[in-house]
Amino acid sequence: MKYKSQKVAYWFFALCMLLFALQIIYGFIMGFARIGMDGLHDWIPFNTARAVHTNLLVVWLLTGFMGAAYYIIPEEAQRELMSVKLAYVQLISLAIVGVAAIVGFHFNIWEGRKFLEIPRELDFLVVINVLLFLGIILTTLWKAERRTTTALVLTMGLVFAALLYLPGMIWFDSQVTDSFFRWWVVHLWVEGVWELIMGGILSYLLIKLTGVDREVIEKWLYVIVGLTFLSGLLGTGHHYYYIGVNKIWLIVGGVFSALEPLAFLAMALFAVNMYRKGEKSHPNKIALFWTIGASIVSFVGAGLLGFAHTLPQTNIFTHGTLVTAMHGHYAFWGAYAMIVLAIISYALPNMTGRKRYNTTQGHMAFWLSNVGMLGMTVAFGVAGVAQVYLERKQKLDFMDVQNEVAVHFVVLLLCASLFTTGIVMFIIEFIKYGRPTDEALEKEI
Amino acid sequence: MLSKSQARTFFLGGTVVTFLVFIGLTVYSFMPSNDQTHHEKIDAQVIRGKEIWESNNCMGCHTIMGEGGYYAPELTKVVERRGEGYIKAVLQSPIPWGPKGRKMVKYEMNDADTEAMIAYFKWIGQLDLNGFDRVVSPLAQDEEEVTE
Repeated sequence: MKYKSQKVAYWFFALCMLLFALQIIYGFIMGFARIGMDGLHDWIPFNTARAVHTNLLVVWLLTGFMGAAYYIIPEEAQRELMSVKLAYVQLISLAIVGVAAIVGFHFNIWEGRKFLEIPRELDFLVVINVLLFLGIILTTLWKAERRTTTALVLTMGLVFAALLYLPGMIWFDSQVTDSFFRWWVVHLWVEGVWELIMGGILSYLLIKLTGVDREVIEKWLYVIVGLTFLSGLLGTGHHYYYIGVNKIWLIVGGVFSALEPLAFLAMALFAVNMYRKGEKSHPNKIALFWTIGASIVSFVGAGLLGFAHTLPQTNIFTHGTLVTAMHGHYAFWGAYAMIVLAIISYALPNMTGRKRYNTTQGHMAFWLSNVGMLGMTVAFGVAGVAQVYLERKQKLDFMDVQNEVAVHFVVLLLCASLFTTGIVMFIIEFIKYGRPTDEALEKEI
Repeated sequence: MLSKSQARTFFLGGTVVTFLVFIGLTVYSFMPSNDQTHHEKIDAQVIRGKEIWESNNCMGCHTIMGEGGYYAPELTKVVERRGEGYIKAVLQSPIPWGPKGRKMVKYEMNDADTEAMIAYFKWIGQLDLNGFDRVVSPLAQDEEEVTE
């Protein structure tokens, strides 16, 4: 760690761990409900558990991105953050808004729009919070003498993510228009600007972990984010096939969303090649595992599994089924959860000065969570394909099909237990590192 | 070999061009001549229905137009499939509706809200979903074929 203000990132990462753990608990509530064990229905019905599960995912990932920015920007800009106090104010207000939203979901206070359930009143507080965050990052960069491509791409991703939140706050009388602009937020976040954030973090980690020349890494970063927007913007059309808008999206969405895996493929090739090319043997192997792992799993989860049902001819059968849940879980895990866990794994030894680089527990956390998530994805996939065949082809009743595929959720719960074991081990490692200290300054490898 | 400035131009140029095309297609999609939603039929009851739909997070379990929680049935064309009486019974039930073992939240809706929900579902049922309504609602499709 080179700058004292980087320490603030630790508390963002700590909040990440807490929210991630809560997200998993609500995931289990949903999984058990799917096999008929819904004893909590009167207090936490499925729609509450789902809103909490997905919103916690969004909030912990955004918290992780913010922590990553607070850690990366000072080093890239070669100066302290503009204000550490304001960064703490931002962290506390973010936690308060998040907790208020989650508590509200249990009392029927929400918007009821998938992924954007936070009520509009709280949306304004989210906007203020994000403006404060961006203010700190942008003024730090503004005053800096060095502005790197990595920092600019990361910041661009964060600024666009904030701007794209706005269309989701508008009320529309038509469900179709509502859905159309809801995807401006959700799709353009996860298949657009969040990839910029991921690319920025990945680029920073590869520079640090492989020792490959910054100019080479940042050149390919431009190509990757270029491919992301080239395919991802018009790829939004794959959400517009069957929601009551013009047929032109069947062609535009089909062609461009089929190109979306290219950006993830480029990212995977980029990371693996830089690792091979690198002459530096960084001792933090766990951070390297998470970094390279993120690039490969995101290609499989977001790229390949997304492609599997993105063409309109396939999507007409899979739209609105568990096939989407299969893709969603592995994509979010690979592209965003793993990259946040990668930057945490890299930053922790530098912030605390404790070199727990290669503990067995750290490696076990990586493998158990990855094998568990792969198993969950397969379980969702088998349930989804069975659902498509029985419901959409054989025309069986929805609930008859759900009862038929319930057994796959038993498998899913078993794999989720494995996944959870891995994440618990990661959290224990996080706790064992202890708090950040000034003694760790300038001790970075 | 590609230089960094060429890579930057590819990124910025590609982004600007696709963004402009995306905005153009959005405008095109919402031109009145391309409307597939019978927008003029959205009245106060349909809007009230959408408010109830959102304020109760129905999408957290059900799907509509294929979007939602995958935990409870798709509700596109539900009026054609189940009839108004069935929907009324579900929404006004004093106990959690639980067909085939999966419970729904108990809403005990009043008549006005129930009518608004039915109006909302009827409007959804009239959308041109580019063929999806026929895949997801086989019963509605069968009915149409019988009528024809």
